[in-house]
Amino acid sequence: MQASEITTWVDDARAAFLKATDLDSLKTARLAHSGDKSPIALASRGLGALSAEDKASFGKLIGEAKAAVADALAVATNLLEAERDRKVLLEEVVDITLPVNRAHRGGLHPISIIKNEVSDFFIEQGFAVEEGPELESGWLNFDALNIPADHPARTMQDTFFIEPIESGMVLRTHTSPVQIRTMLTQTPPIYVICPGRTFRADELDATHSPVFHQVEGLVIDKGITMAHLKGTLDNFARHMFGPNVTTRLRPSFFPFTEPSAEVDIFFNNRWIEWGGCGMVNPKVLATCGIDTDQYSGFAFGMGLERTLMVRHGITDMHDIVEGDLRFTRQFGVGL
Amino acid sequence: MRAPLSWIKEFVDIPDSITVDQISDGLIRVGFEVEEIIRQGSDLTGPLQFARVISIEEITEFKKPIRYVGIDCGEVQTRYVICGATNFAVGDLVVAALPGAVLPGNFEIGARETYGKTSNGMICSARELGISDEHAGIMVFAHDSVEIGADAIAGLQINDTIFDVAVNPDRGYALSIRGIAREVAGSLDLPFRDPIESLKELTFKETGTGVSATIADPSTASVFYLRTLSNFDPTATTPMWMRRRIEKMGMRSISLVVDVTNYVMLELGQPLHAFDRSTIKGGLTIRRAGKATSFTTLDGQVRQLDPDDLMVADDDQPLALAGTMGGAFSEITETTTDIALEAVRFDPICIAKNSRRHKLSSEASRRLERSVDPSLAQYASARFVQLLTAHSSAQHVATVVAGKPIFPSTVRIDAGYISRILGFDIPTAQIVQVLRTIGCDVDENTFDIKPPSWRPDLLTAADFSEEVARMVGYDKIPSILPPRPLHASLTSTQKRRRAVASMLASRGLAEVQSFPFTNQSTIDSMGFVGERAATYKLANPMSEEFPLMRVHLVPGLIEVAARNISRGAKDFAIFEMGSIFRSSQKLETAISPDLSKRPEQKVIEAIFASVPNQGYHVAGLLVGKLENENWQGKSRAYNWQDAIAYAQDILSLCNVEWTVGRSDFAPWHPGRCAELIVNGKAVAHAGELHPRIVAAYGLPERSVAFAVALSALPDSVLVNPTTVGTMPAAVQDVALIVDSTVKAADVTAALREGAGDLLESITLFDRYDKIGDGKVSLAFTLVFRAIDRTLTGDEVSAMREAATAVASARCGAVVRTA
Repeated sequence: MQASEITTWVDDARAAFLKATDLDSLKTARLAHSGDKSPIALASRGLGALSAEDKASFGKLIGEAKAAVADALAVATNLLEAERDRKVLLEEVVDITLPVNRAHRGGLHPISIIKNEVSDFFIEQGFAVEEGPELESGWLNFDALNIPADHPARTMQDTFFIEPIESGMVLRTHTSPVQIRTMLTQTPPIYVICPGRTFRADELDATHSPVFHQVEGLVIDKGITMAHLKGTLDNFARHMFGPNVTTRLRPSFFPFTEPSAEVDIFFNNRWIEWGGCGMVNPKVLATCGIDTDQYSGFAFGMGLERTLMVRHGITDMHDIVEGDLRFTRQFGVGL
Repeated sequence: MRAPLSWIKEFVDIPDSITVDQISDGLIRVGFEVEEIIRQGSDLTGPLQFARVISIEEITEFKKPIRYVGIDCGEVQTRYVICGATNFAVGDLVVAALPGAVLPGNFEIGARETYGKTSNGMICSARELGISDEHAGIMVFAHDSVEIGADAIAGLQINDTIFDVAVNPDRGYALSIRGIAREVAGSLDLPFRDPIESLKELTFKETGTGVSATIADPSTASVFYLRTLSNFDPTATTPMWMRRRIEKMGMRSISLVVDVTNYVMLELGQPLHAFDRSTIKGGLTIRRAGKATSFTTLDGQVRQLDPDDLMVADDDQPLALAGTMGGAFSEITETTTDIALEAVRFDPICIAKNSRRHKLSSEASRRLERSVDPSLAQYASARFVQLLTAHSSAQHVATVVAGKPIFPSTVRIDAGYISRILGFDIPTAQIVQVLRTIGCDVDENTFDIKPPSWRPDLLTAADFSEEVARMVGYDKIPSILPPRPLHASLTSTQKRRRAVASMLASRGLAEVQSFPFTNQSTIDSMGFVGERAATYKLANPMSEEFPLMRVHLVPGLIEVAARNISRGAKDFAIFEMGSIFRSSQKLETAISPDLSKRPEQKVIEAIFASVPNQGYHVAGLLVGKLENENWQGKSRAYNWQDAIAYAQDILSLCNVEWTVGRSDFAPWHPGRCAELIVNGKAVAHAGELHPRIVAAYGLPERSVAFAVALSALPDSVLVNPTTVGTMPAAVQDVALIVDSTVKAADVTAALREGAGDLLESITLFDRYDKIGDGKVSLAFTLVFRAIDRTLTGDEVSAMREAATAVASARCGAVVRTA
């Protein structure tokens, strides 16, 4: 036995393992080069016949050779097993582009989505969200808002009246009665928005609907000025229409605010009327028992349909009110 | 309100350097929205000439009457044109566009062959010239009012800019050229010449006895000027400049007397009414109608008077619906020679009521209900006399006055309020200057302010702050965020509603929002009865088709589903959230407390209580297939279980516990409707819709629906969870044979009760109905777990047997052996 022979056996084994193309041929090579009848096994078994000196030196060499062959086998096995697995998985390939979802696509109504968006924005600003009934007392919808009977301002809003007329019940023409309810039940400081459904007897057409939605805001606190109103509206407009939007206040008339203004936005290269606003008329504060020497406030209101139409380029109100799923589904769940 | 620039310029010297857009911007800045700028004549080029009709040849062989008209345009030869209008005769004066002219709409006039003739131009209607909407025929002018052959663009004063301005209801004064011109001047910082200054000195000779004037009740009118004129020649015609101004304002020229009343109203803002004096018996009195007689207004309509209507009446009968419309009986006619001219400062509410009761909004009532300057009764009626006597043979006879004008009171304000409320400092001197510009007398030391006669709306510091803000400019107000609370959040109810909507939307249902209106036939067809059918009725619905408020969400969903189906949709799921309006309480007479201070607490509570409760519901409608047949497998239609599952999932999401029972409840199938009961109250219903309804509305067979009364659910409470055990669970299956009429929910409840506290869960995993004999087998998996130990086999068997024992006792269940 010579040391060079042992090296040759190891080299032969390595070469044979590398040559193996699959696990079966590797098994053959393993039996030949590391099996019981392999030269290394035979040599290992013949160690006993050697002198003590040779036994020690060849014993060490053979041990090292066995380890080297085992390592080479492990490497080859890993490689070939991985290749086998890959082949199996390749055979299991499917057309993952097949339609897989058999459930219908749902979605929130776009008005709900924009209402949630507005609510979330104002909640982050510290405003609470107040709601109220849609069938409402006329006193809360008109009188308390300084809209007296027979005043032309009342005919500005084509009101749906509930029978009997003497009950004074109406379908609220704006969400402002929620402001009155809030002022009658809470004490300042008041920071609220009032989103909700409102009603005016307008025929349904491309830009009007007898049933629509508004969001109003109301702030009553010490030292509130029209500058605060402007700041709030600027902030709100940027949130809804992007950082480059500009706003403009124009003098206007609402019985419940004095001074009153229309708020316009400059969006898509033109001025668009967005909503109304103003400083809460001291008469309204007095009706609600708020001390006008201490407190002042502002209020604003926008149509949600209008906001949606302007922002999303929707040209026909029918799409919003008819409930056609093809329209609604485009908005998803609004996340 | 329209305002021609040429007319505004009579009262404001506007330098040529100021553009139309600058004037418009100025008006917008001070609160007058310019809805349209009409540049009349900008799309019109001549030659446009006045002409006289000298011959008419009727051509009859065509479908409509055609005229071949010879006209004299001041040329050597007669010009012939084809015309389709017939409202003129030989000798009439008309306006002709000659070849080369271009009319609005880029309509080029040339000589052309038409109807077998050569038409050498066109005689025009006002609409064809773009100067009014009038197209009933061509324009015909009064004799001697135009010169044949003269340029009609100049003659008709066509080139002008007309602002169409939106006037807010608190600014009645601006429904006049006087008012608009004042605002133009104020916004551009130009001096304003008030037209009434020159009228103040006007006096007229008294030559006889005039018609007397009386105000029966001073609360209905403060001042009444009645001017009597005679010797009017009814053939007098309206001068062209006056006619054209009236037309530019969007009104029609009628006759000289009527035109002058309208002209003065447009110029100054005071409605006037002229009566034919010969029809008046005795004097004129402003009084209530008193009784419900019929009355014919000059639009020819016979109206039933309300006793409360305010009228102008003679000694015999009412002659005019005060401030709203005159009567046919006393109107100016082609033979009127004597005139009584009324100018009154009526109470705005009286006129608003007149107008509202008779659904009659006139130019007069629109102004009077917004309040008219009380000084104008005198000046406007004087202006009428001035103009009519200048343009006709009419002579002033006498002027009678009843009552006297009431002017706005002087108020004292805290000037500091204005800067405080606007949020920036405005020097006192500037405030004084602004208030003087709008016509106030201001004492700059005491801040005693006397508002001008035309501003009854200026009463409080808030009112003056708006005046200052708009004249200084809203753009000067800084933009500052208010101090705000640090925190707010949605209420638990709001969070719950949002979670329910998000869950349904993310699980394949599309949200819809239908109008909350319905009708009796829908309510009946749904099978709603009793309290569930009672609702509130609209006094003025959009249409008689939907006069009632909805009592349930499902009918609206069915309507939306039907619409989607009609547009080709087949399989889908929709839901809606919103209020329903069952008439749970009778509506009482309205409570209307005084507004000057906070009502008493019990009054506030009574107002809140007067508003009926409006339940907030969520409902869903599932039609057609949940899964279509495709490469994955067979289709599956929505079924009653899906509807119940959604209803249960909503309750689970709201973290409330419920029991389920069968229900016979409209609009569901009487055998396939579940009710979910929370705290003893049915809060949800779900299942298959009644087949009759499915058929009636053309829905796919076996469509299913659910409805949950969200507002009836208990509020969410803080969860105090029990700890979860980590000891191994013991799983036991039992199969029970019961009568097929026994409800699974009852068997489950019995097992649960019998199994005891260590039962962790119970699941019905099989139902086998092929046993026969009216029996079914229900198979359950029971999972037991103790918190502190591993359960022994004996313990578990004992608990299982205890469970089946209760099921046997209560439901007649027999344990099925293999």
